[in-house]
Amino acid sequence: MTNKEKGFDTFPKLLRRNAEQRPDLPAFREKEFGIWQTYSWKDVYDNSRALALGMVDLGLKRGDAVAIIGSNRPHLYWVFSATQAVGALPVPLYQDGVADEIKYVLNHAEAKIVIVEDQEQVDKVLSILDECPAIEHVIYKETRGMRHYKQTNLMSYTDVQARGRAYDAKHSGFFEEQAAKAKGSDIATIMYTSGTTGRPKGVLLSFDNLVNSGKLSVEFEKLTEKDKVLSYLPMAWVGDHLFSYAQATQAGFSVNCPENAETVLTDLKELGPTYYFAPPAIFETMLTQMTIRMEDASALKQKMFHYFIGVAKRCGVEILEKKSVSLKDRLLYALGNALVYGPLKNTLGFSQIRVAYTAGAPMGPEVFKFYRSLGLNLKQLYGQTESCAYVCMQSDNDVRPDTVGPPAPGCEIKLDEKSGEVLFKSPGSFVGYFKNEEATKETITADGWVHTGDAGIMTDDGQLKIIDRAKDVGKLNDGTLFAPQYIENKLKFFPFISEAVCHGGGKDTVAAFINIDLEAVGNWAERGGISYTSYGDLANRDEVYAQIKECIEQVNRDLSIDSELAGAQISRFLILPKALDADDGELTRTRKVRRRIIAERYGKLIEALYSDVTDVHIESDMTFEDGRKGSLKADIKVRNSEAYPAMRAAS
Amino acid sequence: MEEQNRQIGDVLLAVEDISLSFGAVRAISDVSFDIRKGEIRAIIGPNGAGKTSMLNCINGFYHPQQGTISYKGNTRSQMKPYEAAAQGIGRTFQNVALFKGMSTLDNIMTGRNLKMKSSLLSSVIWWGSAQKEELEHRRYVEDIIDFLEIEAIRKTPVGRLPYGLQKRVELGRALAAEPELLLLDEPMAGMNLEEKEDMCRFILDVNDEFGTTICLIEHDMGVVMDISDRVMVLDYGGKIADGTPEEVRADQNVIDAYLGGGH
Repeated sequence: MTNKEKGFDTFPKLLRRNAEQRPDLPAFREKEFGIWQTYSWKDVYDNSRALALGMVDLGLKRGDAVAIIGSNRPHLYWVFSATQAVGALPVPLYQDGVADEIKYVLNHAEAKIVIVEDQEQVDKVLSILDECPAIEHVIYKETRGMRHYKQTNLMSYTDVQARGRAYDAKHSGFFEEQAAKAKGSDIATIMYTSGTTGRPKGVLLSFDNLVNSGKLSVEFEKLTEKDKVLSYLPMAWVGDHLFSYAQATQAGFSVNCPENAETVLTDLKELGPTYYFAPPAIFETMLTQMTIRMEDASALKQKMFHYFIGVAKRCGVEILEKKSVSLKDRLLYALGNALVYGPLKNTLGFSQIRVAYTAGAPMGPEVFKFYRSLGLNLKQLYGQTESCAYVCMQSDNDVRPDTVGPPAPGCEIKLDEKSGEVLFKSPGSFVGYFKNEEATKETITADGWVHTGDAGIMTDDGQLKIIDRAKDVGKLNDGTLFAPQYIENKLKFFPFISEAVCHGGGKDTVAAFINIDLEAVGNWAERGGISYTSYGDLANRDEVYAQIKECIEQVNRDLSIDSELAGAQISRFLILPKALDADDGELTRTRKVRRRIIAERYGKLIEALYSDVTDVHIESDMTFEDGRKGSLKADIKVRNSEAYPAMRAAS
Repeated sequence: MEEQNRQIGDVLLAVEDISLSFGAVRAISDVSFDIRKGEIRAIIGPNGAGKTSMLNCINGFYHPQQGTISYKGNTRSQMKPYEAAAQGIGRTFQNVALFKGMSTLDNIMTGRNLKMKSSLLSSVIWWGSAQKEELEHRRYVEDIIDFLEIEAIRKTPVGRLPYGLQKRVELGRALAAEPELLLLDEPMAGMNLEEKEDMCRFILDVNDEFGTTICLIEHDMGVVMDISDRVMVLDYGGKIADGTPEEVRADQNVIDAYLGGGH
């Protein structure tokens, strides 16, 4: 690090550098009125400065918290730099959180100002305002529908900016003075974890954490100001914060916000990002939709598709990794690229991608290989909020589907000998949990190692392989290792299965709950002339059970190859009559299974799995998204699946 | 008639004593009512009560044999639908009447037709003022698309859209003409609960944001009662009640007409 660069130890300083060095280059784009509207780095600096001073005029002091609720909007990203410039703390929240979740975080962070996107969020905040005494002002970006709100503590984003400009005229130099006060060791932001277990925890990240993580990863991937990223994942999620804020401000590349959540795929195609990030679920959905759409294509197209996908499977990954491939395959692949892979990538919006990442959950190896074989440089990343998003990153020429790569630059990893838990040390290692000394002590050891809670294995050549959450890894009664997520991920690779929950810790055998994918199974049913009335009805059809049974037995066959896991094959299963849903508390907002809640709600079904009944009746109370209560009543079938004898892989 | 709401102004449209017959069938007999500026006015009634005929009279599609209609103080005799449109009366239809093969954007763009001034020739070569004009109109249409939250279907042919969305596109097209009085013919027919709630919100927002006066016909009494300022009830072509939702709900004639007897 040169001395000159040392001056840029906070984001407001980096933003100012960008505004001075590349004032006219695009920093943000937002699709509005059907057109991509561009904001240059200078626009961003000016806007962010006006907002900051407006908030100061409203009474914002150093150390106060400013909450951000809304979808990815340039104006909301500017809140980060605005708040940080005057020494306050930005706290992004998950916008689809229900009022109760939002209330908890707002109170815990003691947010003084809340900046929201539109009327919907204003209403949500106003409904809990009485219970959040710290909130003094609510600022909204979209003015639509806001004309009749008379609350004095409610103000539009542009009004606050106008106040800021007036303040600036009266107090010249104030902003520069404030921005210069910040140093690298100051806390930059509080990111609340999604709360897989219990209440969300506020992770304190310093400028050093975020600026250095951004810098190291930008260098690792050679990102430049010419890159483009589509920002569509929740702003409250650390990954988005790293890509759309830390790396973007560091490298000076442009952040592009889609029009709204439904247009993401269209916007992706129009924009053609060079740098892309998506959780495995999105890649899986794309693959499922692609498969469904191919079934509707003409016979010739189907033939061509399947033939060239076969070619790609054989040699695509090797070509991407620049390994030796026969001339014939190379030529076939080039032809396939012209006829199938190129148009396919173009349809998906992947034509210009240099680097694509997936993280958050392990990805099915088949899905992973599929995208890589098309020539998409898809890689895995492993990390958590506590490490500023990454600990491991895969390098371009050594990408394996079953590992998450070697430790990233500057990161160190060790495994707990007894539990197999992964511990790390990295430039991004967080400062602590906000107002939670106890949890901080439990997570960070005295010598600076951070517990991840994930169980992992280190391969001989130093690549990390994550099996499951450490606390979820259990043993069957006969001592066989039982890693539920590992099996669930294998199940979820099948297009028919959207979610799975495996049981087995402390039991004799493994049994599974299955969620069918309505689109894929529904399409298949239509084709086969199977009529159904609802999700529950479809899920209960014998024909569907037969299909799912085949999928499960395929997984069992895979498991039987691995001697360590062969004992953990699925012996019984049932299909749930409703899709597991974050709104019902069964999944986290990042779509991770909440085992405890599921075990409570569907306890009777688990009992049935471990008895010999073939039918079970369930009644369970549910709270729907809009707050109404109802009950779920259904008769569910329970079926056996075949297990295969263990065999050793010929290795 | 007492004042309903302080934002509601003078009479915008007054219908006096109109009767309409098709041969021997009397669709409307001696109905009088008015629509005030800025209000949401509903006309309800059972099937065949003459609701759609009433709308058709207002926008000049039918010509009543008897009675007068005055709009903005001008009593009119025979008026053609396009004249009504030019004077600021817009409408949607009971059965969606969109150009199925055209995209959402193009459909809404057609609503701007009356506002376009450039000549055929300059439109064909798309140069100068014609180009500038189209950009301005496109901007207005984009505002509507944003308002109705239909960005995701901007380029989708409307024939492929579900019914609820088609209704929304139709509303968008009517809004594109910047109407002063918007006639909605059963905007919520055939929708599920969620779509109805959405549509209610849009109707209220249109009324609120654009200050558009709205006259709507609806089957679903519950929805109408929630969003309207005043409700008129028709039965067999005649007016049987008129007043605030509360008054109408309590009216014995209405109860009889809807429930078929003295409950």
